[in-house]
Amino acid sequence: MELTELHQIAEHERAQQKPVRIRCCAAAGCVSSGSLAVKQAFDRAIAEQGLSDRVQACSVGCLRLCCAGPLVQMDPSLELYEEVTPEQVPSLVASLLPAAAPPLSAPGASPGIPSAKRGDPQAPFFTRQMPIVLENSGIIEPERIESYIAAGGYRALHHAIREMSPAQVVECITRSGLRGRGGGGYPTGVKWSLVAKMPGQRKFIVCNADEGDPGAFMDRSVLESDPHRVLEGMAIAACAVGATQGYIYVRGEYPLAIHRLEVAIKQAKKLGLLGAGIFDSPLNFRIDLRIGAGAFVCGEETALIESIEGRRGMPQVRPPYPAEKGLWDCPTLINNVETFANIAPIINKGAEWFAGIGTAKSKGTKVFALAGKIRHTGLVEVPMGMTLNAIVEELGGGAPNGGTIKAVQTGGPSGGCIPASLLDTPVDYESLQALGSIMGSGGMIVMDQTTNMVEVAKFFMEFCMDESCGKCIPCRAGTVQMYRLLSRIVAGDASPAEVKQLEMLCDMVKHTSLCGLGQSAPNPVLSTLRYFRPEYDRALKNGRIALPLR
Amino acid sequence: MGRLKFATVWLGGCSGCHMSFLDLDEWLIELAQHVDVVFSPLADVKEYPDNVDLVLVEGAVANDENLDMIRKVRARTKTLIALGDCAITGNVTALRNPLGVALEVLRPVYGENYPNEPRIVPVLLDRVLAVHEVVPVDHYVPGCPPPASRIKAVLQALLEGKAPALEGNEIRFG
Amino acid sequence: MPVKTLTIDGQLITSPRDQTVLDAARGHGIKIPTLCHLDGVSEVGACRLCLVEIAGSNKLVPSCLTQVAEGMNVTTNSPRLQDYRKMIVELLFAERNHVCSVCVANGHCELQELAVAVGMDHVRFEYQFPQLPVDVSHDQFGLDHNRCVMCTRCVRVCDEIEGAHTWDVSGRGHNARVITDLNQPWGDAESCTSCGKCVQACPTGALFRQGATVAEMQKDKEKLGSLMQAREKKQWVV
Repeated sequence: MELTELHQIAEHERAQQKPVRIRCCAAAGCVSSGSLAVKQAFDRAIAEQGLSDRVQACSVGCLRLCCAGPLVQMDPSLELYEEVTPEQVPSLVASLLPAAAPPLSAPGASPGIPSAKRGDPQAPFFTRQMPIVLENSGIIEPERIESYIAAGGYRALHHAIREMSPAQVVECITRSGLRGRGGGGYPTGVKWSLVAKMPGQRKFIVCNADEGDPGAFMDRSVLESDPHRVLEGMAIAACAVGATQGYIYVRGEYPLAIHRLEVAIKQAKKLGLLGAGIFDSPLNFRIDLRIGAGAFVCGEETALIESIEGRRGMPQVRPPYPAEKGLWDCPTLINNVETFANIAPIINKGAEWFAGIGTAKSKGTKVFALAGKIRHTGLVEVPMGMTLNAIVEELGGGAPNGGTIKAVQTGGPSGGCIPASLLDTPVDYESLQALGSIMGSGGMIVMDQTTNMVEVAKFFMEFCMDESCGKCIPCRAGTVQMYRLLSRIVAGDASPAEVKQLEMLCDMVKHTSLCGLGQSAPNPVLSTLRYFRPEYDRALKNGRIALPLR
Repeated sequence: MGRLKFATVWLGGCSGCHMSFLDLDEWLIELAQHVDVVFSPLADVKEYPDNVDLVLVEGAVANDENLDMIRKVRARTKTLIALGDCAITGNVTALRNPLGVALEVLRPVYGENYPNEPRIVPVLLDRVLAVHEVVPVDHYVPGCPPPASRIKAVLQALLEGKAPALEGNEIRFG
Repeated sequence: MPVKTLTIDGQLITSPRDQTVLDAARGHGIKIPTLCHLDGVSEVGACRLCLVEIAGSNKLVPSCLTQVAEGMNVTTNSPRLQDYRKMIVELLFAERNHVCSVCVANGHCELQELAVAVGMDHVRFEYQFPQLPVDVSHDQFGLDHNRCVMCTRCVRVCDEIEGAHTWDVSGRGHNARVITDLNQPWGDAESCTSCGKCVQACPTGALFRQGATVAEMQKDKEKLGSLMQAREKKQWVV
């Protein structure tokens, strides 16, 4: 494979494209509300109305406004349609005809079907986003590598291999200021240079796609919408640190993401973009999938390594860190899906471009999955430093049904609840940490005034209790006791002494647990105690919680 | 210092702790110089009196009678000592807890004719409780039973107006 | 330099450089409580009892897995560490059915010793009273899940010293259990050589010799020590 071939594929692909493309969302959210039938209906209607030469329907990735699926967007007009049903399709296609015939007379259209609901592509939900990771999402066809190449794909890999030295690649990522998107926020360039500096011929790249936080679906969407982007990021990393084998550890609950990755790996291999001698260089890099079996803790890097090696997924004491001793004791670079998805744009557009986005210490954008009591449920990608308020009120449209937002939960079971009064905080690693929460992988659960915060804490504690691997005592037995205390508080059976005991346990579990799961398990409790103490106290005083329960 | 009003109480236990208390032998005579025994299975008193200074509680809270008793004891006593493993952990008395609620224990033993005579036969609680799960406890004297020397050390300290401080092997369970 | 100089609890000590903080402390008579540690098998750092403070870091580290370093200043017994350790031991007692008075290991049990060492005179947490089985299908030994603390010493000793890997762990969180041969009854576990090392390695009454009654199950940890000595130093002790 040469650069010219890449250009040829891109040109051929563009030449094949029809003037009008109907983009049908084929990510898991819309698929679950019936988007595959909508796509088939479009194919049928286009043929029946004789428009095959000018119009084509494409299965694209996530169009982001997941609550309004199945979503359909017209290209180039960018008209957006929400909750599209197959019955509405014939008239939609007919409306594309130049001298728009009366829609209902279109062949295949049935009378009495209300026309498709128009969405607003100029809503702040779309216009205030800054897509870098998601720039191809909803535009390209994730199951066709040509579509990715036509959008400029794999050019960064070529550039990194042929025009840059491995050290320059690492240096570029370092200068960009990119930090790990899995939650910790460790500088990606530093991690890469650690692995690059390690001696030895055998090194590994691992993509952590074991997204398990309740309410988080960013990584799933990226994998379903633009799988090649992740493969390209991993291959660039391999070239930078000198690895020959990569693994994507993806959770088994994501069958569509797994399927698209399988297709993507196969296509990339076929074109020589993965495998031996990539772009006629000495770089050999292959990628294999490893499917998680449903354990949240396997998202913890040392447990993930154990699991890939075929053992019980249990966290190990660090140091040694995986960069030094990872898979089969070899230096291993582990990054999250979104981190890898940021690599190609950084190589293409330069470190300075990336470093110019975001805040002083948090560069670039972050993808959040908006969920809970919010009007626009879906995916948003915003520059770091945007306030939480802007995200939930302007992009998210606030609470539905005239409700008011009470708190926003970030970081999943390891994060915390930020009260409405503090939502003016800019989104960056340090600010969220100062509020007792974390950036996390990007789940953002919005709660309204009907939400009982003690119950929220109880929910997350139950999650951690069920997902504890059982290796270390504080997490295994401590979460059980904390869950019990929270249940008693919610039931109105607890005494003030028991709240004190809960705080004592939180402190101990946080400081003595072996891995991040245990160390952060108390966070939802600590943050609700910090901001919503009266709800705990009320539960004690009244015997029963006075707030309306969901 | 005047004479202390002293009591011992026997809840759900085997009386081994009381036996161990009696193993104090001649020291009991010395104890008698300082205390009046106002209630005890060893004394014929029907009702737990008011204003008791010091009580040793043996056994776990296993039935409704134990529950009434321990609440009464707590309300009427200044210093409450949980004596022995059953009072502190449930121990042997609580061996039935993993099997389920009271009926799940009674039925396999007695069939459908299990004893059910409230106010004549105490009704089993669904779960045996340690004393401190029901009322606040001031001092703990572990052991099954606690050796006489351990009981003596605690009583001696309290008679001298000091807080007992058991440590090392003196807090060993079992 | 073959040795490192460090301070543990204010005591200046020198130790071989490949030693762990735990070994260095123990070598100088400083006691750090442990449960999952067993001389001769690999460390897992799971019980969190041997956590210590290192000056200049706010993270507690397991002394069993931390190498000594030049100038390191270690505190092994601060009030905070004592608090945490006591809570951890209480959590263990509350987790399963540890009834010392009727246990085969009464008087010879490391959990019981730990309770004494951390000053536990009662348990502040609610006892869970799980209903757990006892496996006496093996003709010489028994497994009582009621007494198991999930230290995995049996798993490691069987894998690393005997080489049989009969033991492993199944389930997760509070439902985790030690199992034999893909969760078969111990008596049916074909990989088991009946060597009994697991029984000797077990800190509590969870693994016991059949026929032993209350307080009779005394573990002989030296047996494992002499095995390791024979293997590593080629010194056979009769």
